[in-house]
Amino acid sequence: MTKTGDAIEISGLNKWYGDYQALKNIDLNVAHGERIVVCGPSGSGKSTLIRCVNSLEEHDSGRIVVDGIEMIDNESINAIRSEVGMVFQQFNLFPHLSIMQNLTLGPMKARGMSKADAEERAMRYLERVRIPDQAHKKPSELSGGQQQRVAIARSLCMEPKIMLFDEPTSALDPEMISEVLDVIVDLAEDGMTMIVVTHEMGFARRAADRMIFMDHGEVIETGTPTDFFEAPKTERCKQFLSQILQH
Amino acid sequence: MKLRTAFLISCLIFLVGCNATPGTWGWYVIDPRTQSGYNNIRFLLNGFGATILLSVIAAFLSMAIGLMVALPGMSSNRWIRLPSRIYIEFVRAIPLLPMLFWVFYGLPVVLKSMGINVSIDAFWGAVITLAISDSAFTAEIYRSGIQSIAKGQTEAAKTVGLNYRQTMRYVILPQAIRRILPPLANQFIYIVKMSAFASVIGMQELTRRANELVVTEYRPLEIYTLLILEYLVLVLIISFFVRWLERKMGSDESR
Repeated sequence: MTKTGDAIEISGLNKWYGDYQALKNIDLNVAHGERIVVCGPSGSGKSTLIRCVNSLEEHDSGRIVVDGIEMIDNESINAIRSEVGMVFQQFNLFPHLSIMQNLTLGPMKARGMSKADAEERAMRYLERVRIPDQAHKKPSELSGGQQQRVAIARSLCMEPKIMLFDEPTSALDPEMISEVLDVIVDLAEDGMTMIVVTHEMGFARRAADRMIFMDHGEVIETGTPTDFFEAPKTERCKQFLSQILQH
Repeated sequence: MKLRTAFLISCLIFLVGCNATPGTWGWYVIDPRTQSGYNNIRFLLNGFGATILLSVIAAFLSMAIGLMVALPGMSSNRWIRLPSRIYIEFVRAIPLLPMLFWVFYGLPVVLKSMGINVSIDAFWGAVITLAISDSAFTAEIYRSGIQSIAKGQTEAAKTVGLNYRQTMRYVILPQAIRRILPPLANQFIYIVKMSAFASVIGMQELTRRANELVVTEYRPLEIYTLLILEYLVLVLIISFFVRWLERKMGSDESR
């Protein structure tokens, strides 16, 4: 049933919030280096799905294996989290720390790196997201787009094998969306395995290997971006695409 | 400006009292110009040391106990949460004075029956009582402060590999402390005022000294007026200090 050696293997995943079933029997495999874009109406379970991958949400039944590690207990969850980086819609930077401290906290405290090494690594990733000159500022002094790029750099400092993006541009002013998407595309081109929940269809065409459309907690349709956009198979998917592409 | 006016008015009352006809006010009892009045004032003011020391130690203990109670109280595991809940509900329900009697007169007996032979003097009896009875409230203050820090902060900390202890220490508490400082300061003022109860078990602090002087001088009005002013000064100093601290901590951080 599951191919071995994939970056992420999910099978029979179910998740309830009380009586409400947020995820219904999800099967999903993600190969190493594969870039997946998940879309769907709000409340469709797409965020819940990726939050299950690093156990920010606990699933109720089903199997999750990340980079060969099966999620069974706290120890495996910690091992999985150290392979998986995550970027949130609301950035979730630590507001009381400088940009540099935001980036070095994980490497120093969780990995025991020296301050000098952690700062050197942080500068490398700040350069990569093109804001090395903001290192000493507080998050609140940066624009939304810059904050989100810092959040990406903060995840990269843990050198994850897989990146999860939970609507990374939804909280941004329109003129800042592309600077964040450019950074994500850049990462994708470097072969990072990633799952991106987004409604940015231009980005999906540019960067995705595979599209996943979800609705009411189910995967309704998957396919290559070309197939997905040119010839959607299901009625619900057609409807959704016409709603978000008409602007 | 308002404060200065209030201060001037109270000085005026004081001075008017000094010169009034006997039978109404009798400020002579604490008139520093006479030897006995000067001695009486010194006797009363000497209580400051004990009141301050008692309150400060009790407040620090209360903050430490409160944190130790609050953290398990926020666990997702109800069996870890339960003892903390019981502690808070139980301690919060005991009036301060009965608890003080129990700790001072009862606790040494309990300890002795367990083979621990310690005597608890008035000072430590009062410290323990104030610390414990206040800790239930500080625990709730910590809880509300910590829970007010967005869930997203905890999640972000998890994704960069921090464990629970590290998340608290480096991410949540530094942010929570700014929000819980004002209510914690309130609790400290409350402790200072409640420390007056220590007088009933013989602790020589401000209130006890005032009581003793009243018994010998028969001037309750003047002596208790001064006693109230003593607490007022103490509380105002704390308020100013806390304002300063809040400004200092707030200025580091624009959000």
